[in-house]
Amino acid sequence: MRLLPLATSVVITAGLVFALNKQWGAVPPMGKFLNPQYGFWQNAEPVGADYDASISLPGLKGKADVYLDDRLVPHVFAENDEDLYFIQGFLHAKFRLFQMDLQTKAAAGRASEIAGPKAIAFDREQRRLGMVYAAENALKEIEKDPDSKKQYDAYTNGVNAYLADLKEADLPVEYKLLNIVPEKWSNFRTALLLKMMAKMLSSGTESDLANTNAKSIFIPDELKLIYPQVPDSLVPIVPKGTPFAAPGIVPIAPVSADSLYIGRKDTVTAKEISKPDINNGSNNWVVAGSKTASGSPILCNDPHLELSLPSIWYEIQLQTPTSNAYGVSLPGSPFVIIGFNEHIAWGVTNAQRDVKDYYEIRFRDESKQEYFFNGKWEKTTLKEETIKIKGQADLKDTVAYTIFGPVMFDDKFSNELSNNRNLAVRWVAHDPSNEGYALYKLNRATNYDDYAEAIKGFQCPGQNFIFASKTGDIAIWQQGKFPARWDRQGLFVMPGEDSSYMWQGFIPQPENPHAKNPERGFLESANQRAADSTYPYFIPGSYLTPRGITIENKLAAMSSITPKDMMVLHSNYFNTLAEDARGIMLQYVKENELDPVAKHFLGIFREWDLNASPDSKGQTIYQCWWDSLEVEIWKDELSRSTQLVPWPEEQITMELLKKDSALKYIDNINTAEKETLFDVVTTALKKAATDLAKKETEGKLEWTKFKNPTVYHLIKDLKGFARPGLPVGGYGNIVNAVTHSHGPSWRMIVHLTNQTEAYGVYPGGQSGNPGSRFYDNYVDQWASGQYNKLWFMKEGDRTDKNVKWVMKFTAGK
Amino acid sequence: MKFITAIILTALTGFIAGILSFSPWWGFAITSFLVAILVHQKGGKAFLSGFLGIFLLWAGLAWWMDMKNNGILSHKIAQILPLNGNSLLLILITGVVGGLVAGFAAMSGSYLRASSKK
Repeated sequence: MRLLPLATSVVITAGLVFALNKQWGAVPPMGKFLNPQYGFWQNAEPVGADYDASISLPGLKGKADVYLDDRLVPHVFAENDEDLYFIQGFLHAKFRLFQMDLQTKAAAGRASEIAGPKAIAFDREQRRLGMVYAAENALKEIEKDPDSKKQYDAYTNGVNAYLADLKEADLPVEYKLLNIVPEKWSNFRTALLLKMMAKMLSSGTESDLANTNAKSIFIPDELKLIYPQVPDSLVPIVPKGTPFAAPGIVPIAPVSADSLYIGRKDTVTAKEISKPDINNGSNNWVVAGSKTASGSPILCNDPHLELSLPSIWYEIQLQTPTSNAYGVSLPGSPFVIIGFNEHIAWGVTNAQRDVKDYYEIRFRDESKQEYFFNGKWEKTTLKEETIKIKGQADLKDTVAYTIFGPVMFDDKFSNELSNNRNLAVRWVAHDPSNEGYALYKLNRATNYDDYAEAIKGFQCPGQNFIFASKTGDIAIWQQGKFPARWDRQGLFVMPGEDSSYMWQGFIPQPENPHAKNPERGFLESANQRAADSTYPYFIPGSYLTPRGITIENKLAAMSSITPKDMMVLHSNYFNTLAEDARGIMLQYVKENELDPVAKHFLGIFREWDLNASPDSKGQTIYQCWWDSLEVEIWKDELSRSTQLVPWPEEQITMELLKKDSALKYIDNINTAEKETLFDVVTTALKKAATDLAKKETEGKLEWTKFKNPTVYHLIKDLKGFARPGLPVGGYGNIVNAVTHSHGPSWRMIVHLTNQTEAYGVYPGGQSGNPGSRFYDNYVDQWASGQYNKLWFMKEGDRTDKNVKWVMKFTAGK
Repeated sequence: MKFITAIILTALTGFIAGILSFSPWWGFAITSFLVAILVHQKGGKAFLSGFLGIFLLWAGLAWWMDMKNNGILSHKIAQILPLNGNSLLLILITGVVGGLVAGFAAMSGSYLRASSKK
């Protein structure tokens, strides 16, 4: 009778093992996860970990040494380019595997494999936007060039060499939490990563769908007034007064443009699900020797992106006998993206140009096999998409490709309420290109001509490449492949039944906005429009004006500049927009109508020093009051459409009020009375005061407590891996552009003296492992505006005291 | 004496199972089961020695790794699980989870030996 207890205990044991081996919802398989010899405890890297290693890898041609400094920055010394990028791939995988894997899966519309059903809509949109199609086109172009192919192959082999020896216990902790395994690397995945960047920076810079809805509310002249192309206060990237050559291409608007397009009232219900953050932008500037204390140029850059842990950036120095570059790289791609070498320094900001348009397609029937174009039925290419979903059966989706590009929205996607309109996307990121080659050349450029030549092939996302050389040149080029548009072409959804609305060509590369060695001795870009209205092309985009004004004013007033001054400017909190806006708000507020609470906030606001510093209460009051004012002015008009309509830019609203205090939109069209600017400014403060009072009781009136700056983990739900509550001020329209979870993802200052003097910091750490002391060790430094001195290691420094660990690589079998 | 021997053997063989590359994460359940066959005790005692063997091994290893890590990771994981960021609790839970599996495996071993004798 002992069999019963035996059976019982065996069943319990097996049951326990089974239950602990299985994922329950978001709970990982706990047995495996907690087992100290397999699970997460293995990722608890000893704080005194030794990174010294001797590694023999098949695929390497020669020897390579990696010198790690005390911040875990690798200084790679290889004998040739292929080994260099092989090692870079290996290091990216060793320190940042999870993010590379996750980001490229998400780029390809495969997030559901990790996140389950909640990511289905995102995945479908990625595929319908043609992300995979774009990456395939890029890969073909990359592999056409034998040098590029070699570099990408080497990088891929380096990643895979690391994966080949990776044991389950050594998987990054995220894999253990999510119960998934990494996938092999390929050149295609590198192409996907680059397209992820292209989406991040050149897909959210248009508002065609929302603009189309605006046409149902406003007549064309109103649209021009409310959404102007050139703000009055614009300080463009190319200094005003710089002459532009006559345009090499003059696109002609179709005769039907006024009736069928610009003047046509229209509404689209289609919406993008994962539209990139409007704040994706950046600052860069350069000062010539004439303005610096040393007489050598100083170059600065801080790209503003969604902040994340692990950081999007990985610091690295890449050296061979013929090249030596230092800066930040993107895990998933070879090369230094932003950095310097022994001769030059470069940085990038986003061009913010609109390079993506929608065309309305008419299919012959539901099969979507044919569409009407230029008077006849043309065949589509139907691409079958299979979306794998964690914990659920696969989902099939079919995307029709036309002469314009993929039909992103149709009766099957994001269009349930509409009259089944089919919208195809024409996007420059779909065109074959090899952006990596530009970076490869830039890493090796020695002077202005090399730089200008290197960036020519960089098509998408359009970037403002800023430059300085030790020989004293400074320059900036807005580089990209930009369609030459007729007036208002592509602001709205365009007719797609013939070729008349298609892009007629691209702006010739030499005509891209640029400037070199201006007499004033500095250049800057901060996501504003590149040129004023004298530029002979129509260049819509998603521009931001105030940050550029602040930087321009500061730089113009400075002399004998040192790197220290540049650090101070990176952390600048001055609110240029509020300087004008406050005047209006104070002039029109009817103080006698306010209750004591609102008066109390008005008092603080009046005394405010116009800085969005961390402890500023004035900034919080300003932002809440201003946002409330925008609602008072615009909401009644914009609500006339039930669909998404773009809000006028805050800079524009301020300019409109400054010009015309009787602006007709001030009146609330839903009330019988006629509201004046006095009324709406006062009402806005009264409404804001209610929220502000609540914040004050919670102790959240200080700006930094109000916006709670946070660096989240790439998987936002993993709160334990995030860094919330960082004491940093600023905002998207301020030089130190920190919002709740977005801002300067890397700050770099390069002083081009004989011995390059460089500083940098990003809100993260070199290791992607949350169990490493190098996971977030720069975060506090970053928040307080401190920098790391970047050690530009030389051949003779191999035994220098800055070398903390050495990884020796040899060719294996 | 048998009790102590069983605990030590369970921990030792469990550890070895953990470093064998072909062994799954639950290899220690097999070794705990085998130890209980080898060192025979009554069911309850076998459970306890199996439990303690792996509890001590897992909690001990976790504690050792956590100490060398200054608690960086355990504090974060204990927020995700969620244990209010309590590392010590996470170490104890680690030990208990391993201990329970080993305890029941050992009890099975004990019953098997007892029934095969009859």
